[in-house]
Amino acid sequence: MFEIFGIPSGALFGQLLIGLINGSFYALLSLGLAVIFGMLNIINFSHGAQYMMGAFAAYLMLKYSGLGYWPALIIAPLVVGLTGVIVERVFLQWLYKLDHLYGLLLTFGLALIIEGVARNQLGSAGLPYVVPDALRGGQNLGFMFLPNYRAWVIFASLAVCISTWFVIERTRLGAYLRAATENPTLVRAFGINVPVMITLTYGFGVALAAFAGVMAAPIYNVSPQMGSELIIVVFAVVVIGGMGSILGAIITGFGLGIIEGLTKVFFPEASNTVIFVIMAIVLLVRPAGLFGRRA
Amino acid sequence: MERVAPPSQAAKPSFLRANAETIAFAVMAVGLAIAPFFTYPLFLMQAMCFALFACAFNLLIGYVGLLSFGHALYFGWASYLAAHLAKVGVISFPIWFGSWRWIVIPFPPLSPELAILGGTLFAALLGLLAGLLAIRRQGIYFAMITLALAQMMFFFALQAKFTGGEDGIQAVPRGHLFGLIDLKNEAAMYIVVLFIFLGGFLLIYRIIHSPFGEVLKAIRENEPRAISLGYKTDRYKLIAFVLSAALAGLAGSTKAIVLQLASLTDVNWPMSGEVVLMSLVGGLGTIFGPVVGSFVILLMQYKLSVVGEWVLVIQGIIFVSCVLLFRRGIVGEIAARFKG
Repeated sequence: MFEIFGIPSGALFGQLLIGLINGSFYALLSLGLAVIFGMLNIINFSHGAQYMMGAFAAYLMLKYSGLGYWPALIIAPLVVGLTGVIVERVFLQWLYKLDHLYGLLLTFGLALIIEGVARNQLGSAGLPYVVPDALRGGQNLGFMFLPNYRAWVIFASLAVCISTWFVIERTRLGAYLRAATENPTLVRAFGINVPVMITLTYGFGVALAAFAGVMAAPIYNVSPQMGSELIIVVFAVVVIGGMGSILGAIITGFGLGIIEGLTKVFFPEASNTVIFVIMAIVLLVRPAGLFGRRA
Repeated sequence: MERVAPPSQAAKPSFLRANAETIAFAVMAVGLAIAPFFTYPLFLMQAMCFALFACAFNLLIGYVGLLSFGHALYFGWASYLAAHLAKVGVISFPIWFGSWRWIVIPFPPLSPELAILGGTLFAALLGLLAGLLAIRRQGIYFAMITLALAQMMFFFALQAKFTGGEDGIQAVPRGHLFGLIDLKNEAAMYIVVLFIFLGGFLLIYRIIHSPFGEVLKAIRENEPRAISLGYKTDRYKLIAFVLSAALAGLAGSTKAIVLQLASLTDVNWPMSGEVVLMSLVGGLGTIFGPVVGSFVILLMQYKLSVVGEWVLVIQGIIFVSCVLLFRRGIVGEIAARFKG
């Protein structure tokens, strides 16, 4: 063991790891928010609730049908994404012509409904979810102990983030998406079914949140309020990064996670608030956000 | 040929329509003055505090078009400060004299009017700081920034010593107004709250109908045009934000004295959501809407307290149905019928 700035390296790297884990979730969630905002012009306040739904789907699948972590990682996002498709068809599609604020208010209402139902059905205490067998244990890296599951979370979320970026920025489908974001009427005139694309985009964004939820289940306890606590921080992340760029959302998410982890080491009292303080500073220095375009 | 309305009718709209707002205000004032003979005064006082809070919030969303999703910050922190001033009195804050020192101003516990004034001024100060940051972005970002700043101050409230953490500040003395009138007397307290509420309401009415208010509405309708006409819109938005925060603080401080309690519930994000809900149900951008909305929502919470956690679900359903079907709110719908 050696020391850095008077802090034992084990503690430092441990917090750095936790920061990276939190950063993975910030990145996944702010990525989903950015994708949804790009197509629907709606800030999806229920994103946190849908993240919680993913974690609960995994928990319930294990409890009632014995389906473990790996099937849950596929099925939960699909199921929750499907509920997203229904939400878009039933509620959100009526709001596109209105002020953006109504989308925020409606999804806030949805978040309250989802969280309320979860509390009634499952109680507000946290429920444990076991780490899958294949990822138990960890590696001793010499300077720190790296649990396998945490390494997997960082790897998986990076992989998902980068493939999302690749699909949107480098494929034909992504080109359609970007074009529809810029000018939906023109894209429709080319014979592309934009309403279906919008529905599927929302479903995809929601599925991304549910995927993050399943991955979070073994790390944090599964609880109804896990989403609402996180979503406000993710809003701050989105304000810092700006929603114009996919890559920007990913970098900001991971970066802020790391900064938060380091704050826990050097100045623990501020670890809850550091992201908000950074948001305030960014607003003073670069009002449009680090990667944003002035709207 | 165009049909021309009979001149008598055009020149003189019916008395009821011309004076609708004055009549509604008179009905509200008289109704609130006699209401305590029919129902619990404590409920009414609480409802008036929330009504003033919702009116303050509505000043921003309804007349400037700014959705603040963090108004619990001003309500809650003003309530903490008022409770602290009325109960303990001592104020200490760190200051830089080459090194950080604590400045301690030992007040005796203050009388309620000074405690409320202190809370209100503090909320105005917080509003100035948060407003300076938030007005740098528009629309949806404005909502997210205000929410994030409020969450930051929630964590400060959780960690600060004087707020009492999870317990809050309990058993706040109501004290003697101007050192004379004992507010433990329910009737005296009720009259004070009624005056504060009606005063705050009239102030908001004055603001909206002043030339300043007209500029705010112009910003709501078309900010670039307001800028091109030479108005410094950022300054107008900031003043409106500070006024709204101060009035929310007035409501919060009064609430702390009435209920003799300041707690984390008042600064947390569900409170910010609740005030949005109250204004939305009553009617955004209508002067009486937030008052009606807050009474409706509070009444619902009292009636539904037996169903426990389902309140959250019901609030969510009201949110969704208001946005989809009922965007004008109760008062907005009535006004629309009235105008025919």
